[in-house]
Amino acid sequence: MRSTSFLWNVCKSSFTFGLIGLTVSDRVASVVPVRGLSMSPTFNPPNNTSSGLFTDDHVLVEKRCLTDYKFSHGDVVVFCSPRNYKEKQIKRITGMPGDWISVPSSYDAVRIPEGHCWVEGDNPTDSLDSRSFGPIPLGLIRGRATHVLWPPQRVGKIDKKLPRSGLSF
Amino acid sequence: MKLLFGKWTAIAKESIDRAAIVAKFLCLLHVTNTYIFSPTLVYGPSMLPTLNLTGDVVLSEYVSHRLGKVGPGDVVLIQSPENPRKMITKRVVAMEGEVVSFLVDPSRSDRSRTVVVPKGHVWIQGDNIYASNDSRNFGPIPYGLIQGKVWCRVWPIDGFGSL
Repeated sequence: MRSTSFLWNVCKSSFTFGLIGLTVSDRVASVVPVRGLSMSPTFNPPNNTSSGLFTDDHVLVEKRCLTDYKFSHGDVVVFCSPRNYKEKQIKRITGMPGDWISVPSSYDAVRIPEGHCWVEGDNPTDSLDSRSFGPIPLGLIRGRATHVLWPPQRVGKIDKKLPRSGLSF
Repeated sequence: MKLLFGKWTAIAKESIDRAAIVAKFLCLLHVTNTYIFSPTLVYGPSMLPTLNLTGDVVLSEYVSHRLGKVGPGDVVLIQSPENPRKMITKRVVAMEGEVVSFLVDPSRSDRSRTVVVPKGHVWIQGDNIYASNDSRNFGPIPYGLIQGKVWCRVWPIDGFGSL
């Protein structure tokens, strides 16, 4: 009799803890690992010998920005990939609505429509980003990365450095 | 003096307990409204005659789109691609890879176009094609913009039932 009430208490506490944790990670902030090299050297700089769960960079993604969607150039954001909604990608915003972006490969200038943004990885040679799939709606964004939390030697705020290539005015 | 201090700690403890209950309830509300189902007020002319102009309260569920079970014919809630803070209600007409033929502007001309829906996107249209700003204007939208599927109407009472 006592063990079932103990079990019931454990279930109740873990359910409550799960609800609170889920709400906080949806509304306040969460920690996500960054896979891949598309944001080198900002995340996962190229001196890692192997990439696994403990050598990937972990970043703090804040969700408070999702109430009013006020993003700006240089923000690093997490968004659902427009090609596959189950995948989440992390890239930097390099164009906001109304900007003209020149795509180097086609001598064309693309105007970013209302409600969309242009995202690019910091490592242009190894990044699948808006240069392939075009501007993405701001509604796909799931959070803004503000700090690096792991590895300890690179803990710190993420800069909003502006991109060095691409004509955007 | 000691009695007063004891009283204050008792009040503080009780208010913390009550605040904790309210906080837990709000977390439960958030999780239910985001991951399970919630009532939603929808209004506008673009889904006539299915949904009324002046507003209906519908129950929308948030499970199917996470499992990929949204298909053609479903009425869905999506974040507008033109303004991420606005939610719009439309019907899914075609999924990725399908071919869509549509009337570009039926109140003005008979011109129609045919488009293939790209990977990871869906084509949405309002039931009232004369007064609907949908994929015919802003193109196919990524599946990730779908927030939920409309399940049934609960208000007005005489319209009760699944859509």
